Amino acid sequence: MEELLKLIEKQPHLTPKQLASMLDMTEKQVEDAIEKFKKDGIIKGYRALIDWDKVSQNHVRALIELRVTPKKGRGFEEIAQVISNMDEVEAVTLISGGYDLLVEIKAKTFQEIAMLVAQRLSPLDDVYGTKTNFVLRSYKVSGVPFVDSNKDERGFDFL
Amino acid sequence: MDYNKLLNPTIVNEKPSGIRRFFDMATTMEDCIVLGVGEPDFKTPWAIRQAGIESLEKGRTFYTSNSGLMPLREEICKYLKRRFDLEYITDEVMITVGGSEGIDACMRAVLCPGDEVIVPFPSYVSYGPMARLAGATVVPINTKAENSFRITAQELKNAITEKTKMLVLPYPSNPTGAVMRKEHLEEIAEVIRETDILIMSDEIYAELTYGDNRHVSIASLPDMKERTILINGFSKAHAMTGWRLGYACGPTPILQQMLKIHQYGIMSAPTTSQYAAIVALSSCDDAVEDMRSQYNMRRKFLISELKRIGLDCYDAEGTFYAFADIRGTGMSSEEFCEKLMYSKKVVVVPGTAFGDAGEGFVRISYSYSINHIEEAIKRISEFVKEINTGKIL
Repeated sequence: MEELLKLIEKQPHLTPKQLASMLDMTEKQVEDAIEKFKKDGIIKGYRALIDWDKVSQNHVRALIELRVTPKKGRGFEEIAQVISNMDEVEAVTLISGGYDLLVEIKAKTFQEIAMLVAQRLSPLDDVYGTKTNFVLRSYKVSGVPFVDSNKDERGFDFL
Repeated sequence: MDYNKLLNPTIVNEKPSGIRRFFDMATTMEDCIVLGVGEPDFKTPWAIRQAGIESLEKGRTFYTSNSGLMPLREEICKYLKRRFDLEYITDEVMITVGGSEGIDACMRAVLCPGDEVIVPFPSYVSYGPMARLAGATVVPINTKAENSFRITAQELKNAITEKTKMLVLPYPSNPTGAVMRKEHLEEIAEVIRETDILIMSDEIYAELTYGDNRHVSIASLPDMKERTILINGFSKAHAMTGWRLGYACGPTPILQQMLKIHQYGIMSAPTTSQYAAIVALSSCDDAVEDMRSQYNMRRKFLISELKRIGLDCYDAEGTFYAFADIRGTGMSSEEFCEKLMYSKKVVVVPGTAFGDAGEGFVRISYSYSINHIEEAIKRISEFVKEINTGKIL
């Protein structure tokens, strides 16, 4: 089953029929498995991977490191939930090291991100430290290189 | 200057590939989907590339010994033991410029004018020309789809004469994807054991077999190591075509002569590549396995899709080629490929590029991404439909 997940993680557009032929399964088995993955919350959704830098200038991202005080009994859950609810927040991850939470934020301008940190993240009761890292360029996202050209440069030789 | 007088007629008479012209055409067409090339689409695993870079940083830019770096030959012996249960010592290994150089050196070390070389067809294109340049004559065995493109003991017996000096055994096979399993090799060994015929076993695709049966080398069968030159290399399984590195293994009396040819013609294989290859063998089994499993999924996808759109295709168990049967279309292989290219901008290779025995088939490479293969299938499917409805004649 991990094989199936690995395949659809990289190529979500493959049809159950195609997946079945690649994995020695029947179409029905593939459909059932995917249905179950969705039901069990293993497959969370399907999204396109877009290099927004190529589309317009109005896309900036930042990785905000937060130091937070964990709540007795609930640890980081509550604050993580609060932050996750913000629309601008793309990802919230609990990390080890000098900070506790890594928050990815998407906005139109650097100014917007700065305001968001200053006015909405920093004032949160449990947050006692922030470090804002603006993303300058993405080289690889979700396993996909964003800088390499995908051009097939192989010599045109049929041997 | 009369070049005709100057040139060696043996090479002049070798036909350039007949399909070259429309391949050249394809490069100028926009939006062309090519399933033609015979090399991996994967880049060389990073650890190997890094080892190459590191060797340059350390200034290792000298020639190596003629037979190649000792640590590399040691790794090759370990690797062949680990993967294919073959027992070679370093003196029985020489490093070559790709598998191709090994083929050339082996033929030139063994063949004399008048000798015969048995070659199964359809097969990789260089055996014939190399044998003829060495003065020998090629005796073809035309393998059949109903035998899954394997050679049989009977076919071999029929081809052997008192002039036979060499049998080329190119399995897993480019272009058919055919493999010879242990039981098939045993039949061949049975015939060869009675003779003084040398087997040149080109096992460049040895890592790329699928299904339950791993590749078996004929050299691992009883009494066969002494009558086999094993050709292998890094191009296919390790995705290292551009590094130009291969090796030949075999009995030292033959290898010593091959080494002379190599010494005079080549000196030594590229040093950077040799250092990189040590890492390829010592720590990249997982990367090879990962590529293999991706090829396998594409293979299953491609073959099932070909069948779905009405082109018969036997379940090729090795390499990264499917050999599709196009006889049902009533076209010749070249006609099929040419019309497919002009009408749908998809390039596949006519089976006849690999010998007359390939007539009625086309080679479709799956060393391409699934998306690419999917698009090609869509177009081939339209093409087949148009043939069936008489739109393409």
